[in-house]
Amino acid sequence: MNPSQNEHTIKAFDSDLITLRGLIAEIGGRAEKAVEGAMTALANHDLALARQVVEGDARIDALEDQIDRLVIQTIALRAPMADDLRELVAALKISGVVERMGDYAKNIAKRVALIEPGQYIEPATLLPAMADATRQLVDDAFTAFARRDADLAVAVCAQDKTVDDFYNSIFRALIAHMISHPEHVGAGTHLLFIAKNLERIGDHATNVSEMVYFAVTGQSMNERERGDDALAPRPANA
Amino acid sequence: MLDKMAPTGTSHKMSARDVRVFYGDKEAIKGVSIDIDMDNVVAFIGPSGCGKSTFLRAFNRMNDTIPSARVQGDITLDGENIYSNAMDVVQLRARVGMVFQKPNPFPKSIYDNVAYGPRIHGLAPNKTDLDQIVENSLIRAGLWNEVKDRLSESGTALSGGQQQRLCIARAIAVDPEVILMDEPCSALDPIATAKIEELIHALRGRYAIVIVTHNMQQAARVSQKTAFFHLGTIVEYGDTSNIFTNPREERTRDYITGRYG
Amino acid sequence: MTTPPPPNSDPARKTDWMGGVMQKRIKSRYAAEQRFKLLGLGAVALSSLFLAFLLFVMVGNGAKGFITTEAELTIDLPAVTGSISPDQLTASRLDATLAAIDVRRIFDIAVEAQYGEGSARFFATTAWTALRNELTENPNLVMGKTRFWLPTSSEIDRAAKDRSTPQAEADYALLRKAGEVRQSFNWNFLTGSDGTDPAQVGIWGALKGSLITMFITLILAFPVGVLAAVYLEEYAAKNWLTDLIEVSINNLAAVPSIIFGLLGLAVFLQFFAMPRSAAIVGGLTLALMTMPVIVIAARNAIKAVPPSIREAAMGVGASPIQVVFHHVLPLAIPGIMTGTIIGMARALGETAPLLMIGMRAFTTTPPQGITDPATVLPVQIFLWSDEVNRGFVEKTSAVIIVLLVFLLTMNAVAVYLRNRFETRW
Repeated sequence: MNPSQNEHTIKAFDSDLITLRGLIAEIGGRAEKAVEGAMTALANHDLALARQVVEGDARIDALEDQIDRLVIQTIALRAPMADDLRELVAALKISGVVERMGDYAKNIAKRVALIEPGQYIEPATLLPAMADATRQLVDDAFTAFARRDADLAVAVCAQDKTVDDFYNSIFRALIAHMISHPEHVGAGTHLLFIAKNLERIGDHATNVSEMVYFAVTGQSMNERERGDDALAPRPANA
Repeated sequence: MLDKMAPTGTSHKMSARDVRVFYGDKEAIKGVSIDIDMDNVVAFIGPSGCGKSTFLRAFNRMNDTIPSARVQGDITLDGENIYSNAMDVVQLRARVGMVFQKPNPFPKSIYDNVAYGPRIHGLAPNKTDLDQIVENSLIRAGLWNEVKDRLSESGTALSGGQQQRLCIARAIAVDPEVILMDEPCSALDPIATAKIEELIHALRGRYAIVIVTHNMQQAARVSQKTAFFHLGTIVEYGDTSNIFTNPREERTRDYITGRYG
Repeated sequence: MTTPPPPNSDPARKTDWMGGVMQKRIKSRYAAEQRFKLLGLGAVALSSLFLAFLLFVMVGNGAKGFITTEAELTIDLPAVTGSISPDQLTASRLDATLAAIDVRRIFDIAVEAQYGEGSARFFATTAWTALRNELTENPNLVMGKTRFWLPTSSEIDRAAKDRSTPQAEADYALLRKAGEVRQSFNWNFLTGSDGTDPAQVGIWGALKGSLITMFITLILAFPVGVLAAVYLEEYAAKNWLTDLIEVSINNLAAVPSIIFGLLGLAVFLQFFAMPRSAAIVGGLTLALMTMPVIVIAARNAIKAVPPSIREAAMGVGASPIQVVFHHVLPLAIPGIMTGTIIGMARALGETAPLLMIGMRAFTTTPPQGITDPATVLPVQIFLWSDEVNRGFVEKTSAVIIVLLVFLLTMNAVAVYLRNRFETRW
């Protein structure tokens, strides 16, 4: 079913929903920028930028709080049903998820100061590409929310496999590098964590997409449409 | 979906198939089919003038009292067509009871209000049995404790919520199988409404209940199945939880989310 | 999030409640209300004035009708009759004994002895029957000397109350000198029947006639009227035939009553050959006249019963008859009773139709049954007002008072019944 073209008879309900969508777009945008900023700070060893990202996380937390309150108020005052109810519940869960995303980005930014510059760690060159893929995932997830596009949400979940593959490659490469270059263990470990954070951010983006799918269609996405499960039996030629 | 309903079976308490109701030349109900079962409370929702009250009143032939009303189609009670000549209207109305929008107790005592039905149908051979029927009905209607010491007082001296429960007791007293409720809480305050909704919950299973309501939240609270009426037809019929969280039809969705009109 | 609507900043819309124009309007509105109140009060006062005037005149004229003049007569019975033993006064032998002693003769002798030659004319012609009645009631009087109070003639009666012929005035003076005269309540007026002598007439005959006629009217008109109303309201199909019946009944209620008299004459007296001047015929005629009024009032009362009560009864499975008799009629009773009171009050006062069917019988005994010739109070008033004898003036007014009391009593009973049966909402 397509989203309704009609406005609510009570116009205040519509304006509440518009405000909410704006807040979700804002928190998504900030999370996206936090990831971008953290990775840029890492690439350039830009401590000032890193600090900005860390401080910016407080704004994300505040937005999450604001969204929670708005959702509760709207449920109490408007008695939403069907589409409206699903959208509100989705918004509530998304805000929690995005706050986690922001925390991961902050974590990445914090590690920038802890990594000695000047060390050449070859697997780290993959990180920008992984970050880009992750950022794209987040961007698409929120686009799907804004457009209430269930197909795009499904695509995001499928696309998460790319990020997971990146993570697996970087993990193996870093471990191998640290074995052969023990002096890079410190930095390498941080980079491992950074890669892990990016992978988590990607997973959360799929969570957002699942919420969007549920809000739009009223059904849960199939398990199969999510990313590859590492415990699944590998095909013989992998 | 509803066009493909199976022919009336005897497994449903009441069934309607392709029912049309005319007021003179105006077609108020345009081919509606539905089944009513003992275990479920069915709610009819829809905007004003969509025909839900008219359709409800077809189930106990109250439309017969309106000279210009004509009913076509089949409505059966336990498999028997209620519009056939073989069906006694008076008996039908005892088996299919009705509670109205505005509480309308008789201007008699509380006892006589409840006892009237059993008396005229001869359900109580002696006074003791009648007393028992009155007491049981008032207990089941959740009114006994409030009125047991003043059964001889006038029924109209009670509060609105109590009057409505008295009307429910009156309907129960003739041991009906189906209870039709036409916006029973419209005229009541929230506490009285809550008591009646709780009462409906308690009555479920013993009686098949159909409730017409303007209040969607009430339909959501009280029923297991909901039918959305629009312009004389059922647009969507299904489990209440599905109707209110994920309806299939756009018109249903627009009505329940408050985007109608 | 939610913005309130912008405040109304258009000065042209502000209503000036305190300004001169508005104040004048308000004042004129109050003035109009005051005028209307005064008009209403004036109407009420005028009606009360008319009513008071009527009562004043009637009571003024008729009060004397309830009073009779009696003169004293002392009779020493044993001296006249010879001694009579008590066993002759037992119930079985009393009539024979009284016949034997000839009360009339005793009376004549006693009067002449007390008041002189020819003084029998001082007393009413039926005075000796009054004496006999007293002896019948109290047989022991026969054995002693007793003082009797006996009614005087109507001329003396008028002389005592007002003014009479010179002869009567003189007689009255004589009477007063030779004996005692007193005025007492005229019980005979209420218990006696019609007669030629105004001092001795009574209205019991007419009153009984009215009672019987009213009774017949009620038992015929009320059930028929109420059941007709029930049928028309609850069962009749809404088609042209029902409309025709409704219009006919409404018109019947407006038909002049004398036409019903003609109807009674033609149908009951001529076609059915019922006894002329009988209460049954009067009752039938008045019933025909009253029924439409009851039907109309009953229909309105039934219409006023809210449909929610009917629906409630039907919802429980009451049949149409049960709905009507258990629920609708009990609630419609006050309205029906009001209509019945109005109809019966009208019937009570009807003269013209009863004259047409001949209920103007001059009977000296009250009617015993519904087929005996009878008359009713309004007709009695009409007949007496025609009489030449001036003594009938006060009697006529007195009957009017009786009629008014009868009417009031009927109303009071009806109001009591209405309150009894009225179920509160």
